[in-house]
Amino acid sequence: MEREEVKSVLESLLFVADGPLTVQRFAEVLEGVDKETIYALLQEMQSELEAPSRGLQLVEVAGGYQLRTAKVNADWVKKFLGGRPARMGRATLETLAIIAYRQPITKAEIESIRGVDVDGVITTLLERNLIRAVARKDVPGRPFLYGTTAEFLQLFNLKDLTELPTLKETDEISLPEISRDVIPLGQPEEIEAL
Amino acid sequence: MSTRVETEIFEGPLDLLLHLIKRNEVSITDIPIATITEQYLATLDLLQSLSLDVAGEFLVMASTLIHIKSRMLLPADDDGGDDEDEGIDPRDELVRRLLEYQRYKEAAQDLDQREVLSRDVFTRSAAPIEEAGPRGFREVSVFELLAALKRIIDRLPKDTFHEVTLEKITVREKMTHLLDVLRNQGSVLFENLFAAASSRMEIIVTFLAMLELVKVRAIRIVQDEMAGPITIEAAAVMDSAGEQAVLEQVEDEPYGA
Repeated sequence: MEREEVKSVLESLLFVADGPLTVQRFAEVLEGVDKETIYALLQEMQSELEAPSRGLQLVEVAGGYQLRTAKVNADWVKKFLGGRPARMGRATLETLAIIAYRQPITKAEIESIRGVDVDGVITTLLERNLIRAVARKDVPGRPFLYGTTAEFLQLFNLKDLTELPTLKETDEISLPEISRDVIPLGQPEEIEAL
Repeated sequence: MSTRVETEIFEGPLDLLLHLIKRNEVSITDIPIATITEQYLATLDLLQSLSLDVAGEFLVMASTLIHIKSRMLLPADDDGGDDEDEGIDPRDELVRRLLEYQRYKEAAQDLDQREVLSRDVFTRSAAPIEEAGPRGFREVSVFELLAALKRIIDRLPKDTFHEVTLEKITVREKMTHLLDVLRNQGSVLFENLFAAASSRMEIIVTFLAMLELVKVRAIRIVQDEMAGPITIEAAAVMDSAGEQAVLEQVEDEPYGA
């Protein structure tokens, strides 16, 4: 298969994909094309799309590649889509940040940081698929431990959790270590059945 | 009292404390506990006079503050040496919690500044999840609103105590009025909203009406700079059926009845 041909297929797959596509997934479809070639072609496509005349960008997000609109066009796209605003409030955002940085973490631990009840917020985040229960903590009551999902990475344009900016050291404070005495929960599907 | 505002819009006692610390331009690590406690309690009073559902956490923090304040008043241990608590500032634990909370508050802001999907960037068939305000404007925090409300209440002449006519103003009436104003003018200054109000009761009812409309996202409260004028504007064009639906969520009974 010609290099240009492969590149063209990659673009088509990116267009039809529901979510980010991994290099692995491209390789499965394009049998016989090695991952290095796919990776190199994706890089090429990425820089080509950086031209000011292009309205799409190829981003590396949640472990894969995805076509997204150019940020400068946000207002036009929003005008076109219309739709109802569903803003993420500060309480939701703060809770999500705590979970992202401190995962796996229980509801009680989040509450001790925010100083308020987070029941409603946790429900919202679970419904939006931004967090999931990943395990249960081996303490009385066996509370759920929550962690972020791939949707979380997609929402904030993150390749993976290591891309989260380092927490600012505002002062010489020491965070209490979260103990890792956890019971694995298995797959998310099982959790929903609980 | 049927009008209740979800406490979730108040980000919590730690957030209120950070707000007060910032407003007083003092350091988190050296909080003037008497001043901050006083202002904290004054804010709670204001919330309660609005019959807002002050969450238990706010009250727990109030007692923590009072406790710290009383310990700060104790004379320093002058015979020195054997006291276990020596050298421990009663504020330490609170400072640790405030700093920790602040880190995540900042982390949340950092997240919000990224290219957020369906707000800044879109994939195929995406729907917007966040409606940004007009350029340069930011949404006002509830604490700033409360401070603005307090200024309005304080401006009332002090001799209103002989008010004898029991005014029957309902939150719903005020909501209708505010929507009318916005339909005609597009936006209104926060202060002007209360210009015609003649009593503390009327101010509070007007304020609650405004919060109700924010809650259903019919209006937006914005400010173009810190401590600048606060403006209220229509967030969505609403037809009369939509308006009716919003109004019907609120009981049409005089405040305090």
